[in-house]
Amino acid sequence: MSTTTVSQLDKVKDGPWSGGKSPWNLEYGKIMMWFFLVSDAFTFSAFLLYYGAQKFAQPTWIDADKIFQSVPGIVEHGQPLVFVGIMTFILIMSSVTMVLAVDAGHRNQKQEVVKWMLWTILGGICFVGCQAIEWTHLHHEGFWFGRNPATGLEGDAVAQALAPYFTKEISYTAALQFSNLFFTITGFHGFHVSVGILLNIIILCMTLNNTFENRGTYLMVEKVGLYWHFVDLVWVFVFTFFYLI
Amino acid sequence: MSHHHENIAAHDHHDHGGMDKKGIWKVFFILLALTALEFLIALGFVHHWGVIEKGMILNTIYIALTLVKAYYIVAYFMHLKFEKSGFIICCSIGFIFIVYFIVLLLIEGDYLLHHLQSHPLFPNN
Repeated sequence: MSTTTVSQLDKVKDGPWSGGKSPWNLEYGKIMMWFFLVSDAFTFSAFLLYYGAQKFAQPTWIDADKIFQSVPGIVEHGQPLVFVGIMTFILIMSSVTMVLAVDAGHRNQKQEVVKWMLWTILGGICFVGCQAIEWTHLHHEGFWFGRNPATGLEGDAVAQALAPYFTKEISYTAALQFSNLFFTITGFHGFHVSVGILLNIIILCMTLNNTFENRGTYLMVEKVGLYWHFVDLVWVFVFTFFYLI
Repeated sequence: MSHHHENIAAHDHHDHGGMDKKGIWKVFFILLALTALEFLIALGFVHHWGVIEKGMILNTIYIALTLVKAYYIVAYFMHLKFEKSGFIICCSIGFIFIVYFIVLLLIEGDYLLHHLQSHPLFPNN
């Protein structure tokens, strides 16, 4: 602080963890959001890992190229990965608009924050909408929690009902585990997206209400932004393990 | 307390190296390019042209690309790269256990594949 000579004792207390200053230079709520996200990442890791363990334990598995083939409203069959590609693009895009909202918040530009938050919310709603369509499509084909197209059938009919989804051997158990894990994991992710949309709407209302303007900082936008990026991050992994591998 | 809070917020305001609008769009285009590459491999090389076969090598490529994407999201979008190194370590060190967990569960899954299903069943009288 001062230019006068300091004693050894005073010098020792100069580090970031010696007290008197914030060692991480982060606001409390932001640290807590990070810790929550770390724990949430463990939850998603556990889910995806169980999926991996099941896949390793089954002699055969559903072929993603064959089960995800429709672009609802355009083609029913023959276009693998196209629809999920659109979903992935929507989510990455909404992640970008969220960073732009945070960036506008740093510059205290209320109108810009509102604009980018609106785009982010729109992106989130589009994504959840797409997921709902995808779920409906799979449900119509016979997949659901504890159910697959061959549930209730016997003998050769089982193999016949499941044949369109497998490239290698056909297994009722593998199809059932795929079905359960797909709906559980994408469901849990969709739940996170829905909560994110709700949080974004709350933050948008607070911005419009001048809450952050009066507070002098748009830190809340940043915190919700962290959550929103996390949702995008999880989708990157869900996309790889369910749709690509 | 309130003064302390303002101090952090004010400091945060100036501490944003590397993430202006240009930086944001740059990261976006990197993410888009990586995703496009994944689609090119999955739809083009594997599905349509059949140049690459599904297997361990392909999965490794996919996972590597996924991890690069995850890095860009966490480091730049979530801003972790620009936080204090103590905080970066604090948030990421726990994932060592996830790596260990992956090894454990995949070995377990493989074991079940080779052992559980070959167990004989005996009639229950």
